[in-house]
Amino acid sequence: MSTIIEHKKTKVITDNGLFPSSEVMLDLKNLKKVYPTPKGDYVVLENLNLQIKKEEFVTIIGHSGCGKTTMLSMIAGLNPISGGHISVLGKHIKGPGPDRGVIFQAPSLMSWMTSLQNVLLGVNNVFPHATKAQRNDIAKYYLQKVGLEDAFNKKASELSQGMQQRVGIARAFAIKPKVLLLDEPFGMLDSLTRGELQDILIEIWNKEKITAVMITHDVDEAIFLADRVVMMTSGPKAKIGDVLNIDFERPRTRKAVLEHDDYYKYRKHLIDFLEH
Amino acid sequence: MKQSITLGKVTKLMGLGFLSTIKDLFTGKLEKEDFKNFLRKVVVPIASILLFIGLWHMGSKTLYNIEADFRINKALEEQGQAAADAVAACIALGEDSSCKPNTLPSPAQVWESYRSLLRDHNIISADKAAFIEKTAALNEKRLAEGKDAITYTGRPSFVDQIFRSLKTVFAGFLLALFIAVPLGIFIGLSPTLKSAFNWFIQIFKPVSPVVWYLLVFMIVKTLLIDSNEDSSFTISFISVGLCSMWATLVNTAMGVSSVDKDYINVAKVLKLGNFQKIFKVVLPSSLPLIFTGLKITLSVAWMVLIAIELLAQSPGLGLFVWEEFQNGANDSNAKIIVAMFVIGIIGFLLDRLMLTIQNWVSFDKTDAI
Ligand SMILES: Nc1ncnc2c1ncn2[C@@H]1O[C@H](COP(=O)(O)OP(=O)(O)O)[C@@H](O)[C@H]1O
Ligand SMILES: [Mg+2]
Repeated sequence: MSTIIEHKKTKVITDNGLFPSSEVMLDLKNLKKVYPTPKGDYVVLENLNLQIKKEEFVTIIGHSGCGKTTMLSMIAGLNPISGGHISVLGKHIKGPGPDRGVIFQAPSLMSWMTSLQNVLLGVNNVFPHATKAQRNDIAKYYLQKVGLEDAFNKKASELSQGMQQRVGIARAFAIKPKVLLLDEPFGMLDSLTRGELQDILIEIWNKEKITAVMITHDVDEAIFLADRVVMMTSGPKAKIGDVLNIDFERPRTRKAVLEHDDYYKYRKHLIDFLEH
Repeated sequence: MKQSITLGKVTKLMGLGFLSTIKDLFTGKLEKEDFKNFLRKVVVPIASILLFIGLWHMGSKTLYNIEADFRINKALEEQGQAAADAVAACIALGEDSSCKPNTLPSPAQVWESYRSLLRDHNIISADKAAFIEKTAALNEKRLAEGKDAITYTGRPSFVDQIFRSLKTVFAGFLLALFIAVPLGIFIGLSPTLKSAFNWFIQIFKPVSPVVWYLLVFMIVKTLLIDSNEDSSFTISFISVGLCSMWATLVNTAMGVSSVDKDYINVAKVLKLGNFQKIFKVVLPSSLPLIFTGLKITLSVAWMVLIAIELLAQSPGLGLFVWEEFQNGANDSNAKIIVAMFVIGIIGFLLDRLMLTIQNWVSFDKTDAI
């Protein structure tokens, strides 16, 4: 029990926004979201405060329907904000932009394009002054990183779900965003493929150190990937309920994480929160 | 691998898969279970065509007899036995169109008319070629002097009429394409435009070809009032285009407005400009629906064309049918039936053509190479 109290303390600190502002990448302040419904307004999020540091990997868990996707799509700029604000490096966001890359739950590739064309779609737009060869190199580099060096010219529709999501990862990293937003990106994959993709994701992330916010419903995934796991309360009027620091060293291997003494402590903390 | 692609895929692409079944029959590749397929896909259609021709033959014979009996009896009642015998003899001889029953022609008569139309075409073509040869030198001189060339003004053959009709239908189809696709894209992209145009579409979509023709006639006649050129082609292709564009308009708007939300989100996150968003994301993903619309448009265009040519007195199959009907010559009815089959077969081929283009466009090019 004492560990929980200990972690509750860290939560208080983050909620007050006590990170030095030079370290903060993403700042959600008194965030509110209201969906108008036929039965009146539905307040999904209210008074939601969260700060995410530069180069931090944060995972978010919470019950289904509590508003995780809503929060992430607001950060992406795809969903209007009802109250409060979101800022990236101290600047309020206005709509979507390539400083925030998104990996969607469905790979959402243009099925009529090849994997290379899909990655280039973003690259061409974000690096308009680079030469064609340079842009091709960027796209190919990231496709290689996700293990698709043999599938540059395959149509997206010919790739398996797992391969499509690899292209999705390459597409997101290739535009070199400041923040990477992931909404249950591996939720539709079988557990073997999911493990493979987690490894690929964390390998690229170790190298690029892009601030990452990832929603997941898999507690083990949340611990394995994160520096901090953020727990959201159930809706309506959901907010941040608790935050758990994961103090494993990086780079991590799945084996080392599973064998670590703290692993089951962390896991119990998260499950206790979810079952509460 | 590569060889099987050429024939097999192309025929499949055109929806003529049964051709490969026939090929298998001759190359001995037919398995036992394929035999049933062969029966159903080749034997049954051929049998039904033969049955159709048989019924048609008997039907036309019956109608012929009814009318012949009626004429003989009428002569008997009005002018007596001698006149009746004369009519019967005249009918039996079958050459004089004044006594010959004028009814549904038999398959053989239609076939004969078809061949005579082709002969007619050859004669006219030869005549035209000779004319062009004869006037070539003269025309060169006239052109050098800045005068108009002398053109052949003889009667168009049946084959010429077919090509005139195809020209009109393609002009109308292109007009429909260039109006309906861009307009459909705008309507699909903007809910405001959609509500602005909705009433317009709902009201004009069901308007009949005849009314479209009259409307276009009123406008074009005035616009071309100074020109002494024949406006019937212009009027008919514009009417065809306006009649047939609605399916494409509605389908394009629907395709564009129902693009997967994920695609739109991707376009937003990647900050694609409007141009890129439309040409790289929206259009490719709504292509299947646009093509469905275009296919309907082409078949509607071909269907209304006949009626519009007839009204506009614009040369083509429609006018051909109308003139044959007015003319009432010995083999007019048979010629009308020939035209009917030609219209049907061309309509079928146009449909196949669109299907082929549609399959080709959405074809995976990677495995086609
Ligand atoms: N566009 C919308 N309009 C109205 N209600 C919505 C809309 N999107 C989501 N909701 C509701 O908001 C709540 C949170 O949804 P969501 O953010 O998708 O949850 P999560 O991703 O945590 O499962 C749910 O109750 C959902 O029904
Ligand atoms: Mg969700």
